[in-house]
Amino acid sequence: MREALSDAITMTWRNLKGMSRNPQVVLFSTFQPVIFVLTFRYVFGGSIRVPGIDYVNFLMPGVFVQSVAFGGMNTAAGLAVDMSTGMIERFRSLPMARSAVLAGRVLADLTRNLGVVLLMVGVGFLVGFRIEGSPIEFLLALGIIVAFAFGISFVFALIGLVASNAEAAQALGFPILALMVFASTAFVPLEGMPGWLQAYNKVQPVSVTVAAVRGLTLGSATTGQVLFALAWAVGLAAVFGPLAVRVYRRAK
Amino acid sequence: MGDVAIRVEGLVKRFGDLTALAGVDFEVPTGTVFGLLGPNGAGKTTAVRVLTTALRPDGGRAEVEGIDVATHPKEVRARIGLAGQFAAVDESLTGRENLILVGRLTHQPKKQQSVRAGELLERFGLEDAGDRLVRTYSGGMRRRLDLAAALVHRPRVLFLDEPTTGLDPRSRVDLWQMIGELVSEGTTLLLTTQYLEEADQLADYICLVDHGRVVAEGTATELKAQLSGVTLHFEFATRTAARRARAKLAAVGTVGPEDGEASVEVGVADSGPALLEAVRILDEASLKPVSVAAREPSLDDVFLSLTGQPLDSDEAPDSADAIRGAAR
Repeated sequence: MREALSDAITMTWRNLKGMSRNPQVVLFSTFQPVIFVLTFRYVFGGSIRVPGIDYVNFLMPGVFVQSVAFGGMNTAAGLAVDMSTGMIERFRSLPMARSAVLAGRVLADLTRNLGVVLLMVGVGFLVGFRIEGSPIEFLLALGIIVAFAFGISFVFALIGLVASNAEAAQALGFPILALMVFASTAFVPLEGMPGWLQAYNKVQPVSVTVAAVRGLTLGSATTGQVLFALAWAVGLAAVFGPLAVRVYRRAK
Repeated sequence: MGDVAIRVEGLVKRFGDLTALAGVDFEVPTGTVFGLLGPNGAGKTTAVRVLTTALRPDGGRAEVEGIDVATHPKEVRARIGLAGQFAAVDESLTGRENLILVGRLTHQPKKQQSVRAGELLERFGLEDAGDRLVRTYSGGMRRRLDLAAALVHRPRVLFLDEPTTGLDPRSRVDLWQMIGELVSEGTTLLLTTQYLEEADQLADYICLVDHGRVVAEGTATELKAQLSGVTLHFEFATRTAARRARAKLAAVGTVGPEDGEASVEVGVADSGPALLEAVRILDEASLKPVSVAAREPSLDDVFLSLTGQPLDSDEAPDSADAIRGAAR
């Protein structure tokens, strides 16, 4: 158990180090979310009306969840690269904990995601984002974002393990992201959508998570919202975690 | 300490309908170099993957240092090092970081990790490149780092799966030298290769595999001895001279097929007396060869005679090299 933990930390170190040297990942984790915030805040923001709420306060929780969901691509690509370059073969020949490859990937991406979210919070404050709920509620909101990042990283881990290389992983992951993020309430209110899309967005994980985070930062969250979001995070991890482990074990 | 480092008995591995290993047996004594030689798809890599615990066998047994690979994979992994067909090194880390990573994952004492990394970088001629990202390395450098990574935890048994495939001849020779040094320190080595020259150079004992079976085994010399005889090779100045010599030399042994060159090959049982006889006949006929060489059968010849197909048709050794390498 101790060994599994120390091996997972070693793999996390290795993955974070690798990411920090990959300009694509660095830009993707910093510049890109900032552009997102600025675009929605200033370009689209003027045209999107949300009754009773300042748009920037509506937008930022959506951006937090969106950036974490997009971060999944990194998990998928990272594992796909390790599979295709033979790194996994090397790890498997070492007397290390077998769980460490997946755990290290997920932990590294969780760390990176947390960094991205904190950066976004800072940028948000600069462009006028304000927390209307209590600090406790805000911390709970961050907790929900991290939990969601954890759950969804297993979905993308699975994609990375079945894809033959990084490009294939991204090609497989993108439609899932589009369905979950663009067709969500991350940037626009539910009320403007057609009925069938409203029905979808009342239950799909990104919108459910955004609703809870938004409620907590606005100080209007219900217990039901929070529990629903946590249920999605736990559910994704519970279903896709074992699946990813299974595929990892069987992968040749 | 047992004297058998690797023991394989009746090993079978199937992938669906394909039988990759159809009952393979061999033993590798501790401290020796064992070569698995065969064409692509012969089952060499599958055998290595079973022995390094990446695959579970479907039948038979495999042991490394007396430990069953199927039932105690983790204990086996603590004793082995593996360098595969592709240099499995992390491009986003430096050479040194790659070695420290393996040191951590093999649970070496913390202080030892960087000492060992420095030691290995120096040994493999990478000390100047050690702090550069691996993505800037050449193919040969990556292979050397890969080999270094396989040695971090001082494995007692080392597996090298086609260690020089895809390398230019110079890097290959460099790597051979490094492998040779390792072995002189007592590490047991199992090497797979499709290059005869590599098996010949490095291995104490060779198993020829084809279609998942061992088709022959022995030392390089023993295997070559299975093909009795020696080939005498005469070069002449003109084709006319070669044609006349061909007729005369039929008295000495089996004359090889005419190939349109000014040369004649004669298969003989025993090089000494046959060579004297041939020289006498040529001298009587006033035929003066430009050069004479006696070529022992190559492993390629052995493989061809056993399986009816060349080992690696597109990598047929250059004949001049073969003669230079094998002529006494």
